[in-house]
Amino acid sequence: MLSEITLGQYFPGNSFVHRLDPRTKILATLIYIVAIFLADSPLAYGLLIAFAALVIGVSRLPVGMVLKSLKPIWIIIIITMLIHMFTAPGENIIFAWKFFKVTEEGLILGTKMALRLVLLLLFSSVLTFTTSPIVLTDGIEKLLRPFKCIGVPAHELAMMMTIALRFIPTLLEETDRIMKAQTARGADFSSGNLLERAKNMLPLLVPLFVSAFRRAEELAIAMESRCYRGGEGRTRMHELAYKGIDHTAFAAVLVLVFSLVALRWGAGLCAL
Amino acid sequence: MSIKLANVFYTYMTGTPFERQALNDVSLTIAKGEILAIIGHTGSGKSTLVQHLNGLIKPLRGKVTINDIDIAGRGSEAKAARQQVGMVFQYPEHQIFAETVYDDIAFGPRNRGFSAEEVDKQVREAMSFVGLDFETFAERSPFQLSGGQMRRVAIAGVVAMNPDYLVLDEPSAGLDPRSRNAVFKEIMALHKERGIAIVLVTHSMEEAAKYAHRMIVINKGKILFDGKPADIFSNHKDELIAVGMDEPPIYKLSVTLRAKGLEIAAGITDVGELVKNIKKVKGWR
Repeated sequence: MLSEITLGQYFPGNSFVHRLDPRTKILATLIYIVAIFLADSPLAYGLLIAFAALVIGVSRLPVGMVLKSLKPIWIIIIITMLIHMFTAPGENIIFAWKFFKVTEEGLILGTKMALRLVLLLLFSSVLTFTTSPIVLTDGIEKLLRPFKCIGVPAHELAMMMTIALRFIPTLLEETDRIMKAQTARGADFSSGNLLERAKNMLPLLVPLFVSAFRRAEELAIAMESRCYRGGEGRTRMHELAYKGIDHTAFAAVLVLVFSLVALRWGAGLCAL
Repeated sequence: MSIKLANVFYTYMTGTPFERQALNDVSLTIAKGEILAIIGHTGSGKSTLVQHLNGLIKPLRGKVTINDIDIAGRGSEAKAARQQVGMVFQYPEHQIFAETVYDDIAFGPRNRGFSAEEVDKQVREAMSFVGLDFETFAERSPFQLSGGQMRRVAIAGVVAMNPDYLVLDEPSAGLDPRSRNAVFKEIMALHKERGIAIVLVTHSMEEAAKYAHRMIVINKGKILFDGKPADIFSNHKDELIAVGMDEPPIYKLSVTLRAKGLEIAAGITDVGELVKNIKKVKGWR
């Protein structure tokens, strides 16, 4: 039943991308997303696609699996494309029927937008595929630390995320167990109208809440008895440190950004 | 009248890197009225196996039938067959949800479509089986009871469905020795008075030896041994140790005593019986 769901889509491995520092991966993903919006020529898009393909290749993830991450939002991609196709102003009409008209400009714009969405999604899914959720929160904490002086509770945020992530599988397992136990007692979670269904959920929700509160209390006691008192002056067992491969990765992303900048404004700069 | 598993295979998370085979070609018949212990260490597949008995998990390959009715079906016949198997999970007190003890125990029988009088009768009987006084507990909130009492409420909730087969997954886990013995006493009384078949999942050899007629040792999703507990202890000691199980302490003691020359009967697994034997051999009163 529910235990078959894979959460946080981490795919274990030991590739170049897997071994990168989580901060490198987060920053590189952010830079890549910005870079997507720098592109305005077919060559620039080609460059972006090639870079994404290179990263997916180096990460040694099954390509089919990465493409599958598009599945939940492909409908949004299609709608975006259609809206742009039909509404963008332009002269060169390719196809017209009543007040619908598809222009060449619209077609190009729609394709561009869809391509941007696809690239954005593929690239960020590589981040979640190659980084375990716990490591990811470590990276976020470290990245947010400089903002502490303006009141961002970096450690607390990261701790909450870690705990939430840690307990998702546990709670899912618990839900699965309680569901099975109540099914064995003849409970029915899938038929009846909305109101009946909501009422039928009670035998599942009440035990689930009871156990979630119990776990929260146990965890709080366990943390306090190990002298946890927030992030002040706390050191880590595994300090994050940039290594050679991180520099390589940053260099690659920067080369990409400079090429895109050069493609977009290069002609103008030369003219100066 | 029996539950039959025929060549059952089951794998968790098929098609992902986390794929794990839990059952590998398991065939098994559970007769009505017997007490069967299923033992194996953590992850051996015993919990997966018992969840097949009432269709909570459907076999990937193979067939599960109760009285020759395939329980994988969607029809009312298959549903009725599945409901003949009551299932008490590990830590069953975690599934309690109702406002009163009565309502929680009545949940199962009401879902089976019993009439109000029948529900009332079953709840009263189930409560007396597990040793909860009806007048004292029926209207109390189950969340105010002690751990042992909550477990009894949960077991009563399954017993009240009047099943022909009762599967208990580690019913004594986390209980103190006195509650443990009490729970087993109640289960045995149920077996005796209603003739319910008991399937006991445990990793305690002692419990298996003490209560079961028949024992199945499962390892890596396969049935390793199937037979009388005492026979398995005496004939397959090394294999049991190899799969992480051990003979019960009383059995070990009786073997040691025999080796030292005390002529007591072979295959003793119960304290009382051992005491009786020693007294007899020594001529003590």
